[in-house]
Amino acid sequence: MALSKQEIAQRIAQELQDKWYVNLGIGIPTLVANYIPKGIEVEFQSENGLLGMGPFPIEGTEDADMINAGKQTVTVLNGGSLFDSATSFAMIRGQHVQLTVLGAMEVAQNGDIANWKIPGRMVKGMGGAMDLVASAENIIVAMMHTNKRGESKLLEQCSLPLTGVGCVKKIVTNLAVLEIKENAFHLIERAPGVSVEEIKTATAGKLIVEGVIPEMKL
Amino acid sequence: MINKVVSNAEEALKGVTSGMEFMLGGFGLCGIPENSISELVKLGVSDLTCISNNAGVDDFGLGLLLQKRQIKKMISSYVGENDEFERQMLSGELEVDLIPQGTLAERCRATGAGIPAFFTPAGYGTEVAEGKETREFNGKMYVLEHAFNPQFAFVKAWKGDTAGNLIFKGTARNFNPMMAMAGKITVAEVEELVEVGELDPNQIHTPGIFVQRIFQGTNYEKRIEQRTVTPKS
Repeated sequence: MALSKQEIAQRIAQELQDKWYVNLGIGIPTLVANYIPKGIEVEFQSENGLLGMGPFPIEGTEDADMINAGKQTVTVLNGGSLFDSATSFAMIRGQHVQLTVLGAMEVAQNGDIANWKIPGRMVKGMGGAMDLVASAENIIVAMMHTNKRGESKLLEQCSLPLTGVGCVKKIVTNLAVLEIKENAFHLIERAPGVSVEEIKTATAGKLIVEGVIPEMKL
Repeated sequence: MINKVVSNAEEALKGVTSGMEFMLGGFGLCGIPENSISELVKLGVSDLTCISNNAGVDDFGLGLLLQKRQIKKMISSYVGENDEFERQMLSGELEVDLIPQGTLAERCRATGAGIPAFFTPAGYGTEVAEGKETREFNGKMYVLEHAFNPQFAFVKAWKGDTAGNLIFKGTARNFNPMMAMAGKITVAEVEELVEVGELDPNQIHTPGIFVQRIFQGTNYEKRIEQRTVTPKS
């Protein structure tokens, strides 16, 4: 069975390490906050100017002045802090944030990522994604393995305008966990019940499969 | 103390004309200068260049100026919530410069801080870097980005005093402090205008030196774009 969006987030949460500051993008990445492993401390950064982001507010206490980068109403935890956008991106560019999790429309086998523009069709802008991918030590892409038309999103080369070059090192999809190195996707784990053959079929870029590929544990 | 108080938005926007370049604070609809935007609509000035992280929604924020075709060019990082914007951009009616959010913030800061340009890694190898100088520092590639030159900056704060000192609340701070630094004329509207001495100098986010005009705002809607809540259990 391919993973649900919640399960993708659950698998990514296993990558969190103690004492990390983490920026979660909009969509599946946001869900990662629901699955922090027991016994570790992490803090979530939202690039609009918030560290120590907490859960959605209790109904009736929502505040127009307290939102995350997805413009959702949120809360700030004890020990959190608020700051301006220049300070926020100083944290990001200055590599004070250890992990960035974001979505993508395409990822290439050399680590290029495209997630902000479909020429002539969808132009929403890159937001903070270009700053995040240009600077983060660790970038995990959370996405479906294929697009709505069933085409692979793991490519030899991106066809869409790039967000960043050679920056993605790990991808968690509904089918697999993959690492990018030496200009190829390396299959690390497969979703429960998903075969290596299925993953091969859904991957357009160069895929390396070495030895027995374990199933993910959720 | 130098008194910066003007009586309302109308007085605060004196000197605003068509063809000018403005900065407008806010992230989404959070912390936007609602009163100044309404006054710009009322003034009917056009051919504006607006530097703002977002472009509002169809019927609020900068979307109000887009509806009236008052904006010639937008400089933003993310414009996803505005159908009219997307339509005007794809049809070529509206010039749009999309730039990375951190670059936008730093360009605003640089403008106010007397830094004409700086190198950032954001956008290297992408179309954002096309035509720009790039340079390697310590084995990594960077793109040269420049400061802006806005005639007016419109910002919104929670509290301000008559000397122009500002305190922001929550994530409504966002781009407002850097834009306040950057405006040749910075207009600050506040939810609560107080006398000097009432704000603790230790708690000031934007010192009054950056603010030329301040006024008590009215009728704040403070619209929430995505109301997400945890149900009462």
